[in-house]
Amino acid sequence: MLIETINIVLLGMLALTALAAVRLHDLFAVTMMFGIYSLLAAVVFVVLDAVDVAFTEAAVGVGISTVLMLATIGLVGRHEQRPAHRPLLPLLVVAVTGAALVYGTLDMPFFADPTAPVHQHVVPYYLGKSPEQTGIPNVVTSILASYRGYDTLGELAVIFTAGIGVLALLGLRRRKRPSKEHQTP
Amino acid sequence: MNIAGLYNYWIVILLMMTGFYVVISSGNLVKKVIGLNLFQASVFILYISMGKVMDGAVPILREGVTAYSNPLPHVLILTAIVVGVATTALGLALVVRIREAYGSVEEDDIHRQDESL
Amino acid sequence: MRDNPVLRIVAKIIIPVILLFALYVQFHGDFGPGGGFQAGVIFAAGFILYGLVFGTEALRNAIPPGLLRFVMALGLVLYAGVGATTMLLGSDYLAYGALAHNLIDGQHLGIFLVELGVGITVSAVIVTIFLAFAGRNDP
Repeated sequence: MLIETINIVLLGMLALTALAAVRLHDLFAVTMMFGIYSLLAAVVFVVLDAVDVAFTEAAVGVGISTVLMLATIGLVGRHEQRPAHRPLLPLLVVAVTGAALVYGTLDMPFFADPTAPVHQHVVPYYLGKSPEQTGIPNVVTSILASYRGYDTLGELAVIFTAGIGVLALLGLRRRKRPSKEHQTP
Repeated sequence: MNIAGLYNYWIVILLMMTGFYVVISSGNLVKKVIGLNLFQASVFILYISMGKVMDGAVPILREGVTAYSNPLPHVLILTAIVVGVATTALGLALVVRIREAYGSVEEDDIHRQDESL
Repeated sequence: MRDNPVLRIVAKIIIPVILLFALYVQFHGDFGPGGGFQAGVIFAAGFILYGLVFGTEALRNAIPPGLLRFVMALGLVLYAGVGATTMLLGSDYLAYGALAHNLIDGQHLGIFLVELGVGITVSAVIVTIFLAFAGRNDP
């Protein structure tokens, strides 16, 4: 009962934060809303027994993504212009997509059902064989580094590519200050 | 949330659609990237909530625990989070370069400058 | 920000603790939550705090950009190198059992090296990205 109450309260706060991010026009406030959203998502992950994911989301979402957005706002400007067109078409697209997704969830097993198909097949093998094949208590680490180590190599390559992409776009050398006409207030 | 059944998923779909709305309706490029990140975080919540097992424990093996939550979505979402921050970093770097080339990050201004060329 | 004495002193106290915590998370990823990615991000956060409080010039002096580029590639080469080593030892790519005398010790060594590679590359990439953004308008 307590867990369900915590879940409802957290999801409600997430919805409020997301709606605030839609309605605000000061990008600094929107970035702060995004930081709060990431932190609430990390707490939801802890309640849902995903501690590794919560750790990563708190470090990456609240720390790195928010800092990068703040750095961008410092370079680009923090005020958003009022949109000129009416929001009818985006609202319609969003409503249709949401309805399609809800129709898709009607076939899903109930939340936290232990007999759901996702918990059969491969996962009991990992949970059962991990001690004798890898000797590591943390099953997430043993899957990430040993059973699915090839995927982690690809992920590392993606991060490396992002690093050299940012180096190619922005560079680490000091540049001259840009000329006056590009600095709009 | 056993009594709620599918309501958990529907609230998460609402969060996803909020992020999606920010992406398609805002004219400012930085706000689009922020909306994309909101969308991504909600998708992560959807996947992790699919992996939860009722009365399960954190998937770190120890004595006296019989049911564990499913660790496979955790691994997939771990990768997805890191790939998401890589995409965000590249997207924001592009926004900085667009600002230096066009003088503004509003979509309408950029289209107007492109059409007048 | 380096004129503010509170920020300066607290940063000098906290940054070593952050780096130590990052090493703890890296090496205890086998027994609790943690691992390469989280540790790399926390390690980079220590350096980002240094850059925020003392300026990007001080961060550039602490970590030369050439060293950063080298370390970025080092982690990826370490990971791929572990796979190549197991192939040279006669087994499949990334089959850690070939690295030691028995299967469990090989797995431990392989996972240790692989997570180390992940942590090294992730921290270098994030510090690089921060330095590229924050140093964009330096005089």
